[in-house]
Amino acid sequence: MPDAFAAEGLEKRYGRVLALDGVSLRVGEGELVGLLGPNGAGKSTLVKIGCGLVRPSGGRAEVFGAPAGSLPARRALGYLAELFRFPGWLRADEVMRLHQGLVGSEGGGAAERGSLLELVGLADVGDRKVDQMSKGMQQRLGIAQAMIGAPRFLVLDEPTSALDPAGRRTVRALLEELRGRGVSVLLNSHLLSEVELVCDRVVIITRGRVVAEGRPDELTHASGVEVETDAGGRRYDIGRDEVPDLVARLVADGERIYGVHVVRSTLEEAYLEAVEGAE
Amino acid sequence: MTGFGVIAAATLRECTRRRVFGVIVVLTVLFLGLYSLGTATAFDHLGPPSPGDSNVDVTVLAGATLLGLAMFATLFLSTVVAVFLTFNVLRGDAEQGLLQPMVVRPPGRVVFLAARFAAAAAVAAGYAASVYAASAVITWLAGGWWPDQVLLPGLELAAAAVVVTAVSLAGSVYLSTVANGIAVLMLFGAGLVGGLLGQIGDAIHSDTLSSIGTITSWALPFDALYQAALHALTGETSGITGVIVHLGPLGGAQPAGPLLAPWVAGYIGVVMCLAGAAFVRRDL
Repeated sequence: MPDAFAAEGLEKRYGRVLALDGVSLRVGEGELVGLLGPNGAGKSTLVKIGCGLVRPSGGRAEVFGAPAGSLPARRALGYLAELFRFPGWLRADEVMRLHQGLVGSEGGGAAERGSLLELVGLADVGDRKVDQMSKGMQQRLGIAQAMIGAPRFLVLDEPTSALDPAGRRTVRALLEELRGRGVSVLLNSHLLSEVELVCDRVVIITRGRVVAEGRPDELTHASGVEVETDAGGRRYDIGRDEVPDLVARLVADGERIYGVHVVRSTLEEAYLEAVEGAE
Repeated sequence: MTGFGVIAAATLRECTRRRVFGVIVVLTVLFLGLYSLGTATAFDHLGPPSPGDSNVDVTVLAGATLLGLAMFATLFLSTVVAVFLTFNVLRGDAEQGLLQPMVVRPPGRVVFLAARFAAAAAVAAGYAASVYAASAVITWLAGGWWPDQVLLPGLELAAAAVVVTAVSLAGSVYLSTVANGIAVLMLFGAGLVGGLLGQIGDAIHSDTLSSIGTITSWALPFDALYQAALHALTGETSGITGVIVHLGPLGGAQPAGPLLAPWVAGYIGVVMCLAGAAFVRRDL
């Protein structure tokens, strides 16, 4: 079974600017991969190549083994763009119906539209025009639109940028549900906490190159130990193996120990290390 | 429904929903109202012909002149409609993020372009034909005069609107919304000026000006279609009336040669193929 998305040595040049410089990346079937990187790193270019919106200058990109942008690739794909709009004169339900028609999934009909709108918390505003919806509501509509036709590969470019915390939680639950259904997801987001919570793997790119890749727990690492005593919490920059000796010494010194926690670096710290290391 | 049908239907629905199209309808009704007033006044002023009058049929002269003017207005208005329907379809909509969610869907870019063109061309051509038909009926009601060929001028005006639609859609691949709108309207003006120079060239026997008119008609065939439509109004009128009409208000009108229809069809096809080839390669 081919990967949901496979990029090999992708290059993209805009005039003199090299936006992607030999990026290789794969999203396995049913895998949720987070794409991280600073502004201008080439994330959106990579995502757009995957959707067939941008032509690569070199390398190859495939969706389930078909060239990105080809008909089989488009049939497998659901896409939420970072900057998107729906015609303001359309009602939410009509946006969904339009995309059902484009996907050829009219068979799903009103039931599919209703369930997707409900999934993103828009069940009550199906008859509301797009230009009367808040930005957050439009983003939820965009997510629902991307899921029309039950795509096997979902590309979400900053899906929560306009959402409030409740909306973000809804999207996180949605992503976990999609993973449960075996849908592959490429998630481009600036919200590291969100990526850390839901993604199976994280790819960090900067200046058009992949600089780090792995599971969130692989990218982060132990960065000390926090010990709770009568005097409060104290942090020691030691490894996990040195914890028993430390505890023994503190007890011998007459301290009472209430808890010992191995502290791991956050994904944010791992991200900054990777990005700054590549600069 | 196919992807083509879905996109075309959405485009047609857009025409009924957007406020600007309501404005177009209101202004068109206003134009036709003014035209009714003008034709009624003009024909009333003519009065009945008396035995002492010359052999000039003033009803034909007045009817052809008035309807010719209405056709110029019709061509202009249908050009504006065609431009407003298409000037932002590709680059403009891409810059706003309206295009990307559509073209990643299975129908793809070529079907999207073809469907948008078909729907916009149908609206622009239908608009041109309707306004022409209304103008012709108003002229008949006011003065009892019909053009020598009733249907052909309407079809030629509709075809001219389709040519403008194709040019505007192709322009939207390369140019931003405002730039494309300005460019197409300036091309429209250039076509009319070219035709006018050709008429002057014919009148003063200037090969240079005549050549400019000919080249412009081939390059921007909506002007040739307009000229042919004007000619069809009085193409079968003979005698002194025919001479005066063709020397006067419709003097620049040219009959359609046998190559005009195939040239226009080929022109639209080539313009749309070029637009499609550029659109398929364009980064969005």
